[in-house]
Amino acid sequence: MNIWIYARNLTLGLWIVFKRTFTKPVTVQYPEERPYLPPRWRGRIVLTRDPDGEERCVACYLCAAACPVDCIALQAADDPTAQDRRYPEFFRINFSRCIYCGMCEEACPTNAIQLTPDFEQSEYARRNLVYEKEDLLISGTGKYPDYNFYRVAGVKTRDKDKGQAENELPPVDVRSLMP
Amino acid sequence: MEILFYIAAAVTVLATLRVITHVHAVHALLYLVVALIALALIFYLLGAQFAAALEIIIYGGAIMVLFIFVVMLLGPLAVEQERTWLKPGAWVGPGILALVLLGEVGYLIAIGDHLPITVSETRQKGVSIALYGPYIIGVELASMLLLPGLIGAYHLGRRVSKESR
Amino acid sequence: MIDWSHTALTIGVILGGALTLAGLLIWVERRLLGIWQERYGPNRLGPGGCLQSLADMIKIFTKEDWIPPFADKAVFVITPAIVVITALMSFAVVPIAPSFVVSDLNMGVLFFLAMSSLAAYSVIIGGWASNSKFAFLGSLRAIAQLLSYEVFMGLSLMGAVLLAGSFNLSDIVDAQQQVWFVVPQFLGFLGFFMAGLAEAHRTPFDMPEAEAELVAGYHSEYSGMKFGMFFVGEYLSVILLSAMTVILFFGGWHGPWLPPVVWFVLKMSAFIVLIILIRATWPRFRFDQLLSFGWKVVMPLALINLLVTGGVVLWKAG
Ligand code: SF4
Ligand code: SF4
Repeated sequence: MNIWIYARNLTLGLWIVFKRTFTKPVTVQYPEERPYLPPRWRGRIVLTRDPDGEERCVACYLCAAACPVDCIALQAADDPTAQDRRYPEFFRINFSRCIYCGMCEEACPTNAIQLTPDFEQSEYARRNLVYEKEDLLISGTGKYPDYNFYRVAGVKTRDKDKGQAENELPPVDVRSLMP
Repeated sequence: MEILFYIAAAVTVLATLRVITHVHAVHALLYLVVALIALALIFYLLGAQFAAALEIIIYGGAIMVLFIFVVMLLGPLAVEQERTWLKPGAWVGPGILALVLLGEVGYLIAIGDHLPITVSETRQKGVSIALYGPYIIGVELASMLLLPGLIGAYHLGRRVSKESR
Repeated sequence: MIDWSHTALTIGVILGGALTLAGLLIWVERRLLGIWQERYGPNRLGPGGCLQSLADMIKIFTKEDWIPPFADKAVFVITPAIVVITALMSFAVVPIAPSFVVSDLNMGVLFFLAMSSLAAYSVIIGGWASNSKFAFLGSLRAIAQLLSYEVFMGLSLMGAVLLAGSFNLSDIVDAQQQVWFVVPQFLGFLGFFMAGLAEAHRTPFDMPEAEAELVAGYHSEYSGMKFGMFFVGEYLSVILLSAMTVILFFGGWHGPWLPPVVWFVLKMSAFIVLIILIRATWPRFRFDQLLSFGWKVVMPLALINLLVTGGVVLWKAG
């Protein structure tokens, strides 16, 4: 009869739940115990520098274009001291809108913008969640310690000419007929 | 103990007055509930504990709840409408009838032929024996009356769907 | 002659005990639910988190006590009091130990039923006075549920009353010295317990305040201490249900070795834990299932149980 099956199942359910009294909770007691966050965790965003200690960001706007919630704002400027190097005059991320999707990191051609395993960003005032460039810029290289965009890019900078980058052949003279 | 009786009686009378005069139907019903509870207290003080409990369980707890249920479902309550109905003129008829009753009570008190309030020993057993002894036909008639009500309610409330037809 | 000091002391102890226990239950329930869901529950404040109810209390007292402008003010305000008052009044007839009872009424069972039927008003009127859709839907559900299950509650505990031959709760407990009424009255116990769960609107019968469908049901519009009263009232009725189950079917204070009060509290706590366990396990009924379950299963069972019990009692009496 159905009613016996119901009764049995209901009692069985009670017993199964009651057995949980003796199991250890899975809760992580957060402020004292910290959960392990993998290095690729998508948390607070930083702007990194290349191994020479210069800003990686070349203000190409790709991150701002890729961001699905449009929370990155920046303004490009030329650095008069470093020939042909662009840098962001200001760089602003509104973390109250950021969804930590990592699209900016994927879009960045210079590995400048990176997401870090840090999620403790709570603030009492919402306005404090708008991070300016000085809040974002760190002095290290982040996840890619050896990468330096200008070393592999074929542009001329103040310390190297065209063709002097890594894995780059000397420039071809297109006006000469010699092979 | 007598003072308790008079307080309860006063509460009953006042609450019942408000039931009649209140323009808001749900509020009036709530006053009626209060009146019923006070009445139950009077029963209790007179020694009819069983009747007191039944008064609250059946009248206070079941029937009044159904009344309130129905009134609640009536939607926006027509307070203004009620006000127009409760014109002073409407009081005349019931007022005269109530005065006649009051006169009778006054006469009875005046001739002084009243017995003191006695605490009766009627308990649940006595009530039951009375119900199933001399009054058995009344009980049976009432249950017969309830049975068609039950069947009728079932008929009205049954689900009419394609499968069940 | 009534011994006033003894009565006053008993009232104080039972009132204080019930209210403290109700406050503590707020924490106990959350903690137990946590444990059964493999987490901790509130464990920060005080040893094991036992001061959590105190913190909740402070929070609830300092909250804005908002009366919706569209509500029926007077009725809205008195409703939460009805919950607590009716629940506390019922404790007056609960015998905890021999002569440890506020009022040893001759019709204790009926008094309990009367109070639980009056408690229905708080839910019904509270939902109506809030004048909002969800609260009103909650109170509509409550009316059908409470009215139906009141009937079953009365019917299923009548078996115990028949066996003891008295409406007096102390007499009922005394009649269970040899064998607890749960043995001859198992059906009655099941019916009473389920009806009691429905009366206290606990899971699986908590449709009047089904969070998933009705915001918070009949107390959607209540805030601050008024909401707190509903909350405490619910826990009071859980305690009351456990106490009544113990008295009617599990031998009240009877038990070997330990003093009566300890036995009573132990049995009662076991039932409180069972009620919380049920909440942790069972899903909510659908409303039409609830009513058809009540009228088509519990009602006939209670009637048959009553009939058989009455027959047996008469047969034994000869
Ligand atoms: S993580 Fe996503 S949302 Fe946040 S700044 Fe980068 S692209 Fe925008
Ligand atoms: S952070 Fe990367 S993608 Fe964004 S502007 Fe700078 S270089 Fe371009």
